[in-house]
Amino acid sequence: MAKMHVKMTVNGKAVEALAEPRTLLIHFLREELNLTGPHIGCDTSHCGACTVDLDGKSVKSCTLFVGQANGAEITTIEGIANADGSLHVLQEMFREHHGLQCGFCTPGMIVRARRLLAENPDPTEAEVRFGISGNLCRCTGYQNIVKAILAAAATLNAEKEAAQ
Amino acid sequence: MIPAPFEYHRPASLAEATGLLAELGEDAHVLAGGHSLIPMMKLRLAAPEHLIDLQDIAELKGIARTDGEGGGEIVIGAMTTQHELIASDELARAVPLIREAALQIADPQVRYLGTIGGNVANGDPGNDMPGLMQCLDAAFELDGPNGRRRVAAREFYRSAYVTAREDGEILSRIRIPLPAPGHGFAYEKLKRKIGDYATAAAAVLLTVSGGRCGSASVALTNLADTPVFAADAGAALAGSDLGAAAVDAAVAAALAAIDPAADNRGPVAFKQHVAGVMLRRAIARATERATERAAEQTV
Ligand SMILES: Cc1cc2nc3c(=O)[nH]c(=O)nc-3n(C[C@H](O)[C@H](O)[C@H](O)COP(=O)(O)OP(=O)(O)OC[C@H]3O[C@@H](n4cnc5c(N)ncnc54)[C@H](O)[C@@H]3O)c2cc1C
Ligand code: FES
Ligand code: FES
Repeated sequence: MAKMHVKMTVNGKAVEALAEPRTLLIHFLREELNLTGPHIGCDTSHCGACTVDLDGKSVKSCTLFVGQANGAEITTIEGIANADGSLHVLQEMFREHHGLQCGFCTPGMIVRARRLLAENPDPTEAEVRFGISGNLCRCTGYQNIVKAILAAAATLNAEKEAAQ
Repeated sequence: MIPAPFEYHRPASLAEATGLLAELGEDAHVLAGGHSLIPMMKLRLAAPEHLIDLQDIAELKGIARTDGEGGGEIVIGAMTTQHELIASDELARAVPLIREAALQIADPQVRYLGTIGGNVANGDPGNDMPGLMQCLDAAFELDGPNGRRRVAAREFYRSAYVTAREDGEILSRIRIPLPAPGHGFAYEKLKRKIGDYATAAAAVLLTVSGGRCGSASVALTNLADTPVFAADAGAALAGSDLGAAAVDAAVAAALAAIDPAADNRGPVAFKQHVAGVMLRRAIARATERATERAAEQTV
């Protein structure tokens, strides 16, 4: 089958490549672009470890063909840290509140949480739990993940207020 | 899991898409959100040679309300995502049942991509929107080589994965007659966990005035190889005082209309039991809401 030409912006950089149409976005990111932050957990659209941000949506990159992402703007965990290299507030708070143990689910969790806070900057605990219900964690348990996301929301809101 | 190879197409208009479907024949599938089709392709239960991605077709997007003479309607483009359905305040005002049900479908990531058109065209008895559309008496518009036709949701489903849609047709729009202002509604779904299909689910839409039920509509999800529109259950409620006898009669009628199969969600007797529980809860909540909303309107 002929390869197709794909173009997208990944973590702010323009990317062009030839890919077989049946290539899943997760394989393209990991194998073609060497972005191994997004993980393959279940490979059946259930765990969310492969979550990336695509044109303002949290998507499971194991359930999307590379052609569907042609022309899109994509952010993976590798593109989340601040411009000066310091950690993003969510990364900082996951560390602070022990929101990870093995870290396998963390790239998907954080990318998802970032979109959740962009849409709902001041969520309740219930809204955080519902908002991350597409991301499974098999070892930390959700208590500290939820704590970390709520703490990140509080920090971001305090920063915003201070700036005003 | 790597799907079989295929060629990818991304037409810019509905006419171009139906043209491609006609030209490529049955080896071509349309791709909407991909969250039923791609898992099937990864398992190689589906191996289309061509995928026609509908994402660029603007005319398949959006939610519009019209208030015509014979009662208004809501028209939803097939490529509208579950996320967009939930986000629409206009839709939540006119047909609040849709937001309530969409929030119970899958998880946030799936809802960002999964579309209403894919959900109703798919034909999987586990999908939630088909029963909902039957409850609302929606009609589906199909565009194909011979033009456009309309099929009622209540007539659309034949058996698992078999619908009235012909090869070569694209489901383009869903038309929903506006329910009466102040109507009561509920979608009750039992699932094992978030992101699971229903063990059993019930959709109810009804009106109440002066303590009596005006009209009522009942449909059930994942309790047969198609969604089940339980006309007799609605008839048992309409005109009644919605008391215990009427509810019992509606539940008995609904249980007579379903035909669940045993699977990893439970044996047949359990599913019948859960169907009854879901329907009772849905009727109770719809009644409560209709009564509250009627009281608000008279204040
Ligand atoms: C983890 C997970 C959990 C889920 N849970 C639920 C759930 O609880 N309830 C539920 O209802 N669904 C659930 N789903 C399915 C999900 O809602 C799908 O998105 C939906 O069933 C199909 O919509 P789609 O836009 O993704 O369609 P696709 O997967 O792109 O298409 C599905 C089928 O319909 C055809 N098709 C699509 N659009 C059209 C059109 N406009 N005209 C003609 N044919 C068309 C395709 O060719 C294909 O055969 C779940 C999916 C996942 C991955
Ligand atoms: S690997 Fe994509 S959802 Fe699990
Ligand atoms: S930290 Fe191990 S799976 Fe979540």
